Amino acid sequence: MQPTGRPPVVDVALQGSGISVAEQVDRAKVLQRLRLGDAAYRHLTRAAAITVLIILGGIIISLVWGSLPALRTFGISFLYEDAWNPVTEKFGAIAPIYGTVVTSIIAMLIAVPVGLFIAVFLTELCPMWLRRPVGIAIELLAGIPSIIYGIWGLFVFAPFLQQQVQPFLIALFGEIPVLSYLFAGPPYGIGILTAGLILAIMVLPFVTSISRDVFEAVPPVLKEAAYGLGCTTWEVSRYVVLPYARVGVIGGVMLGLGRALGETMAVTFVIGNAHRISGSLLAPGTTISATIANEFTEAVGDLYTSALIALGLILFLITFIVLAAARLMLMRLNARVGG
Amino acid sequence: MAATFQSSLYASRRRRNRISMGLAFAATAFGLSWLVLILAVLLWEGFSGLSLAVFTEMTPPPGSAGGLLNPIVGSLVMTTIAVLIGTPLGILAGTYMAEYGRYDRLTTVVRFINDILLSAPSIVVGLFVYEVMVAQMGHFSGWAGAVSLAVIVVPVVVRTTEDMLILVPDTLREAAASIGLPRSLMITKVAYRAARAGMVTGVLLAVARISGETAPLLFTALNNQFWSLNLNAPVASLPVVIFQFALSPYHDWQKLAWTGALIITLAVLALSIIARTLAAQRKTS
Repeated sequence: MQPTGRPPVVDVALQGSGISVAEQVDRAKVLQRLRLGDAAYRHLTRAAAITVLIILGGIIISLVWGSLPALRTFGISFLYEDAWNPVTEKFGAIAPIYGTVVTSIIAMLIAVPVGLFIAVFLTELCPMWLRRPVGIAIELLAGIPSIIYGIWGLFVFAPFLQQQVQPFLIALFGEIPVLSYLFAGPPYGIGILTAGLILAIMVLPFVTSISRDVFEAVPPVLKEAAYGLGCTTWEVSRYVVLPYARVGVIGGVMLGLGRALGETMAVTFVIGNAHRISGSLLAPGTTISATIANEFTEAVGDLYTSALIALGLILFLITFIVLAAARLMLMRLNARVGG
Repeated sequence: MAATFQSSLYASRRRRNRISMGLAFAATAFGLSWLVLILAVLLWEGFSGLSLAVFTEMTPPPGSAGGLLNPIVGSLVMTTIAVLIGTPLGILAGTYMAEYGRYDRLTTVVRFINDILLSAPSIVVGLFVYEVMVAQMGHFSGWAGAVSLAVIVVPVVVRTTEDMLILVPDTLREAAASIGLPRSLMITKVAYRAARAGMVTGVLLAVARISGETAPLLFTALNNQFWSLNLNAPVASLPVVIFQFALSPYHDWQKLAWTGALIITLAVLALSIIARTLAAQRKTS
């Protein structure tokens, strides 16, 4: 007997095959649409990834293109001439290059040891509950925009250095042969040393956070073994943790160096923008980025503009090399940790 | 004799340890003191100049009172456009690197280049956009400013998107694939949702990064003393106004520069704290 509302079996088979033609067409359409959508999305994302490469390529090409007039006029002497005279249109890059290098060296000389010691504090000494707050506070230093460092440096830090620190330094090192040369001249407040100190504060969080991360990645067994032999905390940090984390630390330092070399606004405020090379660290100077920031909008004439873009090209090449080296080191480290 | 030698060695090791651990304490105090010093001066100088007029009036000529309305609006507009351009591009690129081409050579190259762009000097980005847009169009413009900020947004978003998508468990992807979802739907409906908090964090960090950027705006958006929303003309922005006012000899302008600096810092710190809380939530859940 047939239950009501239920078609006989034979009919189901017939109906099933009857519908399946239309259904299969629908199904094929939907699948086709999905396949197209998938391919489209794949190509879209691929294009976006390639755009990142195009941006870098565009930066390099536009900088080279823009600096061609200057490079054609001055040739290789652009790199070592120290004249910078917009009136006679004589331009040389050595003074800004010198300023960039010296301020970055000062910054690294201070930031690297301090950053490493902070990392030791955070991984070995600091009580657990304090680690996160202290770590975040140090990283907040990295979050403060560079223009804030600039305005603070100009109105607070430079006057402080001028009145308190620099006269002391001049008096202290005045009698010592080499150092008296480095700390000669009147205390301006602004200058190479001030810029280097501000850069040190800005670079500090980079060195600290990467050092801390690689210190934390040191296997506890190694440290425990050293402690078990009776090593002090210092000996464990110096002879076990640091050698193990060396590659990562160097990578972090290079990353910080890349930042110091390219930093613009903070330096522009406190460097004094003087195109000359002075032996004294207290004298005003200039860096590549500060020169561009100060002079670009006021540059009259194609050659002047082009010389500034050439400076930008030099800066980009220097930082590119430093950053690439840093990344390669950190990548090698990751490969080791992964493998 | 041997005993005294041993104990003196022991004493010197302990002394060295105490000195270096003291240095570690001192270094941390040194690092933290800068944060305190900078924030204290900023709060002091900034709050003393903070008033309603700052948010309702235009930048003044030297010697008269005024506010920061036009640079604040200019910064907001350019930041918004930069995020609107940079975020989709960054998310798509990050998607390719984490989903479609995780083991491609292209991905390795893009990751390397992206990391370099991430820490490249921002002033160079300004020069690039100057060459490509300002020099071609013949005038400074808000669009150029927004594009140069977008160039800074892209690497940040690419990086966080890729990192967050890689953290999405493969079992989720396999589950999606097992019910017949094509890859694009699997990515948009499953992977993006799983990684949403992290990706939002990346965008917030990018906004925090560009809201204080000055160098790329100096010769793209330039500056504007007056109210203007015309993006084909120079547009004022908070960082550039701070730069100009702080280096001026006028006391009123310097005061406004401090106030502007306080506004930017508070905005940036708020953004990074929100970003951190989001990231922390993701970790605990």
